[in-house]
Amino acid sequence: MRSVRTLAVAALLLLPAYHVASAGEPKQGGILKVYHRDSPASASIHEEATYSVNIPFMPVFNNLVIYKQDVPQNSMESIVPDLAESWAWSGDKKKLTFKLRQGVKWHDGKPFTAADVKCTFDMLMGKSQQKFRKNPRKSWYDEVVDVTTSGDFEASFNLKRPQPALLALLASGYTPVYPCHVSAGDMRTKPTGTGPFKFVEFKANESIKLTRNPDYWKKGLPYLDGMEFTIITNRSTAILGFISGQFDMTFPTEVSIPLLKDVKKQSPNAVCVVEPINVSTNIIVNSSSPPFDSLDIRRAMALAIDRKAFISILFEGQADIGGTMLPAPGGLWAMPKEMLETIPGYGPDINANREEARKLMQKAGFGPDKRLAVKVATRNIPIYRDPAIILIDQLKSIYIDGELDVVETANWFSKVARKDYALGLNLTGNAVDDPDQSFYENYSCGSERNYTNYCNKDIEKLFGEQSQETDVAKRKKIVWEIDKKLQEDVARPIIYHGRSGSCWQPYVKGITIMVNSSYNGYRYEDVWMDK
Amino acid sequence: MFAYIVRRLALMFVTLIGISIIIFVLLRVVPGNIVDILFDAAGFVDPADKANLEKELGLSDPIVVQYFRWIGGLLHGDLGYSYVSEKPALQEILPRIPITARLAGLALLFSAAIGIPLGVISAVHQGTRLDYALRIVSLSGLSLPSFWLGLLILMASVSMFGTMPIFNPNPKTWTEAIAIYAVPAMAVGFRSAALTMRITRSSMLEILRQDFIRTARAKGASENSVNYRHALKNAILPVITVIGIEAAFLIGGLIVTETVFNIPGIARFLVEALRWRDYPIVQNLVMLIAVVVVFANFTVDLLYAAIDPRIRYGD
Repeated sequence: MRSVRTLAVAALLLLPAYHVASAGEPKQGGILKVYHRDSPASASIHEEATYSVNIPFMPVFNNLVIYKQDVPQNSMESIVPDLAESWAWSGDKKKLTFKLRQGVKWHDGKPFTAADVKCTFDMLMGKSQQKFRKNPRKSWYDEVVDVTTSGDFEASFNLKRPQPALLALLASGYTPVYPCHVSAGDMRTKPTGTGPFKFVEFKANESIKLTRNPDYWKKGLPYLDGMEFTIITNRSTAILGFISGQFDMTFPTEVSIPLLKDVKKQSPNAVCVVEPINVSTNIIVNSSSPPFDSLDIRRAMALAIDRKAFISILFEGQADIGGTMLPAPGGLWAMPKEMLETIPGYGPDINANREEARKLMQKAGFGPDKRLAVKVATRNIPIYRDPAIILIDQLKSIYIDGELDVVETANWFSKVARKDYALGLNLTGNAVDDPDQSFYENYSCGSERNYTNYCNKDIEKLFGEQSQETDVAKRKKIVWEIDKKLQEDVARPIIYHGRSGSCWQPYVKGITIMVNSSYNGYRYEDVWMDK
Repeated sequence: MFAYIVRRLALMFVTLIGISIIIFVLLRVVPGNIVDILFDAAGFVDPADKANLEKELGLSDPIVVQYFRWIGGLLHGDLGYSYVSEKPALQEILPRIPITARLAGLALLFSAAIGIPLGVISAVHQGTRLDYALRIVSLSGLSLPSFWLGLLILMASVSMFGTMPIFNPNPKTWTEAIAIYAVPAMAVGFRSAALTMRITRSSMLEILRQDFIRTARAKGASENSVNYRHALKNAILPVITVIGIEAAFLIGGLIVTETVFNIPGIARFLVEALRWRDYPIVQNLVMLIAVVVVFANFTVDLLYAAIDPRIRYGD
């Protein structure tokens, strides 16, 4: 009897050891169940500008190159070949040539060739007969003259001038290669890719289903049999679903800090991380009409912001202060803290900043007896509304009485485009942690997403200078100079860079949440479940 | 009676035409359309692309043309295409109808099955502790919002059973199949049950004081026979009216319940379609709801005559 008991104890003691050993070896099988925060407008990554589309549909595709999926920080060093086997820059850095992988098939069995690469980028540049309904990242390819092919397995990007960052843009989750033979309309409803998972169905407001691609060109991958995204718009229901074990993972980077505490309390075994998402909360100022056509008033407003208070109230301290570029350690391009603190409004003494701001306001003709009344416009979504309310409160200290003007999503952009606002609170997401994407998209003269129409030709020259610089250290210095100037000009005052949480059940392995972009890490080919 | 039915049907037809015009115009009066939203979601706008898309979707045509295109399509069974999913609207709407119908039917059944007997019990035991307890239950039913109740049920379910009854199109067990409909139906039907109970109680109290009830008792009829055969039969008319009205207003409760329990029915779908200004879906769904409401009212009116022989619809 005693020996049986000893054996049983020994077996029990060995069990965890076996568990650890087996946990290291990826297992095949299982359907990963994730809840989705909303119903995406379509399945076409190229036509949308939200990671609500990247997360479920990135696994259907491949890029030419991709950020290594198990490295949390996207950088030039973490870019690896995908549909391209290799790449090379020409001597003058104006031609980027990709040698393409052979034997890759689209999910419908047709072969992948260089023609597909040309088709995809011709469409993105607006050069093909077939058009996207929407093409939100057309400006990414402004420096590309054309894409040429040489045989079936070589494609080259010919540039107007050197642009090393093009490779970073091509590695984004926003840059999959599309098949030539499938229409843009079909790609919106039933996408075909070469990726680890095949599209099964997309029921609007209900679910998105993917199944394992057995002919995936990376042999042995993916590990999962499929993925199921259940669309649950009610956040409380979704979180309860995760806590009760009905979902293996939350929607990535969508769990707020207070909710995360709830999850950890009710589901202590869940693995949760909080990471920067490279989305800045900022103020858009209509500088084309009074009162914010006055640089003094704009500067006063920038000086009045107590960034730490925002972060403490909304994120329980877990967010970052910075300029345009995402701050370190997540971000690669942000100016050093010492430099940041020299910018008006970033200094640690809030009272001194506000005293200076009040002087500027008085110089502009406002004071305790003559307060400036403005409407603060923002979208009617909590992540916009909540900081807008804090902003209004903070502006009171410099004689500005703000009134919240909540705008439905359907009317937000048109309101901003026709300059029907004085102050607005806005969120800006960056798909790639690279100055080219951020500066050109948000601050260059005439850019569609430059909501405030900020235009400074001197800075524009610096945009070009940094973009062509191949020496990273030198490029960083120019980027810092630009970022500092943008803050001093109150182009689009940055309040904070948010962080958000993601959780998964302990048996889900191989998940990497990226720390400087929330758009690029959802290939899921090496995710597996230990159960 | 036949003439009455024909007259009512004709009136219903005119009502539905009026509703169709109101829906159509109101939808287009609201600022922003699907193209604005699609471009807003992408964070940019290219006026040429926008104009192309508006043309492609037929939104640049005059409103009258758009209206007659919709009505013409409806008469041919063509509900148009969803702007968002780019699938036929009928294909999007049809599978969702049975889900909501099942939920609404169960909610109404729950409302009647709980509300009527408890109302009778409360009236019969007027002034007792049981009456007070039931009145508290009915008051709480009227004051608890269904989304809050729904969330509470989900939280309790997770805490007590480690699972929760959110929608699953392929339930593994019959208990799961029942739970995914019955629990949300209870959440949404609780308010209706409370209202039904209050109306039944007050109607019963009025009837129980009438002479014919005293006569029935004097003749030696049992209490059950007095309460259910004599009193309830006469007290039921206002209850039917209330259930009929509740059936019409149920859609409001279903929107939140379908959202909280993640049920892919038409109520939640309608809200999502409205958010996207997906006109073909919204106008067809609202028309469908209007048809259901108009027919529910008609059915209730006909039921009056069936239940109360004193009611006759003359020519």
